[in-house]
Parts: sequence; structure tokens; C-alpha cells
Amino acid sequence: MKKGQVVLGCLAPHPPHLVYAENPEQNEPFSEGGWETLRWGYNRLARKLKKVDYDVMVIFTPHWATYIGTHFLGLPKFSSLSVDPIFPNIFRYKYDLDVDVELAEEMHKAASEAGIITKMMTNPDFRIDYGTITSCHMLNPEWDKPIITISSNRNAHYYSGEVMNEQAKALGEACLKAIEKSGKKVVLVSSHSLSHRHFVTESPLPEDMSREHIYNHSQYVWDMKMIKMMRDGKMKEVIDIMPEYTEQTIAETEAGGLSWMMAAMGLPDYPAEIYGYQSVIGTGNAVVAWDPNSKTREIVL
Amino acid sequence: MDNDQNVLFGIYCPPHPHPLLAPELNDGYKNLRNAYDNLRDKIQASGADIILIYSTTWPSIVGHQIQAHPEPEWTHVDDDFHYLGSMPYKFNIDTEFADAYRDAAESRGLHSRTVAYDGFPIDTGSVVALSLLNPDNNIPACIVSSNMYSNRSETMVLGKAARDALSNQGKKAVVVVVASLSNRMFTEHINPRDDKIHSPKDDEWNKKILEFFRDGRLEDLSQLSRDIHGQIRIQKVAAYKPVWWMAATMGQHNNYHGEVLAYEPLHGSGGAVIQLTPSNESIGDKEFDEDDVEYYHGDRNVLDRGNL
Repeated sequence: MKKGQVVLGCLAPHPPHLVYAENPEQNEPFSEGGWETLRWGYNRLARKLKKVDYDVMVIFTPHWATYIGTHFLGLPKFSSLSVDPIFPNIFRYKYDLDVDVELAEEMHKAASEAGIITKMMTNPDFRIDYGTITSCHMLNPEWDKPIITISSNRNAHYYSGEVMNEQAKALGEACLKAIEKSGKKVVLVSSHSLSHRHFVTESPLPEDMSREHIYNHSQYVWDMKMIKMMRDGKMKEVIDIMPEYTEQTIAETEAGGLSWMMAAMGLPDYPAEIYGYQSVIGTGNAVVAWDPNSKTREIVL
Repeated sequence: MDNDQNVLFGIYCPPHPHPLLAPELNDGYKNLRNAYDNLRDKIQASGADIILIYSTTWPSIVGHQIQAHPEPEWTHVDDDFHYLGSMPYKFNIDTEFADAYRDAAESRGLHSRTVAYDGFPIDTGSVVALSLLNPDNNIPACIVSSNMYSNRSETMVLGKAARDALSNQGKKAVVVVVASLSNRMFTEHINPRDDKIHSPKDDEWNKKILEFFRDGRLEDLSQLSRDIHGQIRIQKVAAYKPVWWMAATMGQHNNYHGEVLAYEPLHGSGGAVIQLTPSNESIGDKEFDEDDVEYYHGDRNVLDRGNL
């Protein structure tokens, strides 16, 4: 069997505002749009993904937060209603998705063999988190590929950002082993914002773009620093400074997603494709992709 | 009604699902379950008009959210303990109180809103508490979130707003705070029979806190909250807020009769079921350092204002 591989890695932020602004039939609330810079970037990345040959999308989400190890979705199908606990006014989404349980179990096994605490999630009543749904919807609105969701083990809370970084990297390396063994072509998705300080009030019309801006300038400067390093292909350096960046900007990288994905991709030294950056309720969000294939890699922005 | 009479008693209880889903796995879980059952009977006999819950496992960002769906119904599954089983629920929510609480919070400068959506994910802590304390929905309930950015003054004002709403509506409440004591769990899966408090340090602090609860010293605990946060709380949020809210809602003093019904480990964390009943048995009030805030003015924007 041919060795499996990661064919694309995506940094895919999950503010539910983006799905709300798209007005898909699955989401109940209606919007007048908003956050176009991010959405149009996402739309372009989704078009690229249509040309990528892949079998499964593996997503690491901060909104399935686990404190006892890393958990993997372990049933072939989930269908229900996802209501965002923070922004229920804009996200009430009916989902129906398929899971690649075979690969999930391989990842679970590989991670366990690497000494990582793991658990398969096999409760059929389990509700899929809105981070998974938002990122997957924006990348593949047709939902025509199976997914695997990996929970975020919150080592940053129990130990430190440094421990989180190391454990997330170990998980990424273990997942890569499972992918290679499976023979499958995999898209990795790290679902999160960059800087993550929110406004604690919301305008009466959430999509009123006259009210949208980054929470403060230091968050913006840090985000730009990270994006420049991504653009320059310095992902080892990005992961090295991840604990400090996370602490300074309360970044959602604290869940470990980007460290996991970069480790699984061998810490890319080639330029990332930048699709867009914009704030959502004060947080900094970038849509970014890493394409290992130099023939299809683009300079997008 | 004098609002000192609006709170019949307060309960402090843990958010973990073990006492609801698997009390048979460990004698400690069973003890916790028995304590819940004991309080269930006390609540049902209390003449309470409402059970008001502040849950640390319902984080909010946009201000303070208050559950206002008249009959929220779902089958909940915990993110970590999904293997213990599902938690089907259907609750009876006092929507008039929810609206009044929102209005009272806004009157004190807080950003607040009610939520009333089919399928809204009610958190594990609230589901456990309401399922065990009010299984037949005989008494209407209300649930308020814990804003992840809020600190002392905002949380105190939120508690005072709860008193305002109870007073304005003339309702008698049982106040329920859902929170662990020490909240460090084991980071690996354990045999429930081997469950214990994560460390002697956590255990000693928990026992000191329980001593305060037994003596009815809720306001003293409120003043110690920042120390407790630094010593035995993992740094998920800015502060250990539940005793601030509980003290502000119950009157900011030390005049309570305290009873610790159970104290047991829950996957390493400190789970206690405690009852605090207003009384005249004060251990004495003290003068404290921090302001007693009545109205929330928002962030002070110290950086923007410079030396002004």
C-alpha cells in the first residue's frame, strides 16, 4: 500500500459569525452578511480544496476541550443541531456528518503508543462542537468528505504553554504515523483564531461592520508578526515562540492546534498561502494554508 | 419582602456527572449522591419559589447570559466523561424571573441577555444540579452564566442584581452555586475505586475552606477568593468567582449556619455538597481591603488614560 500523506494543512478560524454571514440553509438565523475579508478568503481556499485529491479532513478543535487526555470521534455518523453556547443568537446549525472511524482509531492507537493519554468517543448522543462545524463548513460546505475531530487537551491550563506545545507536537507526530500507515490522503485543519481577546458586548446587529475592529493594537502587531513568519516559511520559529505569543495575546493557539498541525507536517520551511486576516468581535483571525506540493503552492495575498 | 429573607438557603455543589450517572462506582460518589438527595428533600419542603443556579461550567463572553427557555429539553453528554452515559433533561425555567434578572443586571451597569433557543447546550454542572436537586421540576429554576473575563467587582454586582430581582418579584429562592473546590483533576483515566484528591495541598486547602463554610463564614471566603484561586484552582479563568457571586447574592456577611453534607474526590478534584442557611450565629464581620461595588462601570481603561 502506498504511504499516506498530508496533502494540505489549513489554519481555519471558527467564529460562528462566518457561517452566520454566509446564510447556509443549515443555519437558522438570517444575516445581512459581514466579515467579507475572511469569508472571501475562505471561499477561495474552499475552491482550491475542490482541486485537491483527499480522502478525509482531520480537525483539531478548541471547543471540544478535554482535561483527561486527547479524545477522538469514534462513531461513523453524527446528526443533530449545534447551538453555540456563546453566540446562540447567530448559530443554530443542523449538521449531518460522516466520520472516518478507521483512521480515528489508528490515530488513537499511534498516540497511545507514543505515551499520550487517549480516549475514543463512542456516545451516540455526543454533540459536535461548533468549532468543528464552522471550520468544516467554510472549507467544504458540501460536507462530501468524512472528517475526524480531535479534542484539545488543555495542558496549558494544567501545566504551561511550553508543556502544551510539546504535547501537541508529540500528538502531531503520532497522527502523521497513523496517516502514513493508512495510505490515505489527508487534509489537516487547525481550527482557531490567532489573538483571542473578545469584546464582552455585542452590537444590536452583529454584522454591523462599523463596529468591528481588533481588540487592541498589541494583539494586531503580534498577529502580523506571526503571519509574516508564516509567509516567510518560518514555522519552526513560529512554534518555538508559540508559548510567548499565546500568553501575550490570549491566543486560541493555547489549545495546541497549530503546534499539532505543524508537527504533523514536519514544520514547513516553505511559504504559507495567506487567504485573509480580519477581526471578529475583537479577535484576530487568519485563513492560511500550507501546501506541501510546490507545483500547486500559490502566493495568494 | 426584606431581601434578607429572599434567600432561604444556599447550596455549593460540584459540576461533575459522577453522582448523577455513576454513584455506584465509588463510595465517595455515593456519598455525594446521598447529599444531593438529602438537599433535594429539603428544597422540596422549603417553600421556595425558585432555584437560582450560578454555574462555573457555563462560560459566557458577551456579558452575562440567563437561561429563559420555558422548557429547555435535550440529551446532554459531557466532553470528558461521555463514557459514563447521556443526561436527558427537561427543565422548568422561570422566564419572568430571567427577564427580571436581566433587567436588574442592566440597571447595575452590566451587559446581560436572556437566551431562549431550542437545543441550547445547558452545561454539565447545571444539568447535574437540577436533575438531582429538582428531579420532578416542582420548583421553577433559573440559570446564570459565568463570564470568563469578569473579575470581582463585576461578579459581585451580578450577585447583587440577583438579590434585586428576587426582592422586586418577592420570590423566595434556594441559591445553588455549581463549582468544585480544588479543580485539578487527574490527567489520566483512573479506576474510580482509586479516586482521591489530587494532592495533599489541595486536600488541606479544601478542608480549610470547608471549615469556613461550616462556621458560616461566607463573606470571609469571598475575601479569600483570590488566595484560593492562586493556590488550588487551575488557571482556566481570571479568578475564582463562585463565592463572590454566592456571597453577594446571599447578603455579604458571616451570619449563616453551615453544614457540609459531603466532601469527596471527583477524578482528583474536590467535590463538596454544602448547605448555608441564613442565621444569627455570626462569627463576626471584619473590615476588608477591597471596595464593595454597587454599580459596574466597566473596564477602567487605565492604559488609555495614562496619568489622568
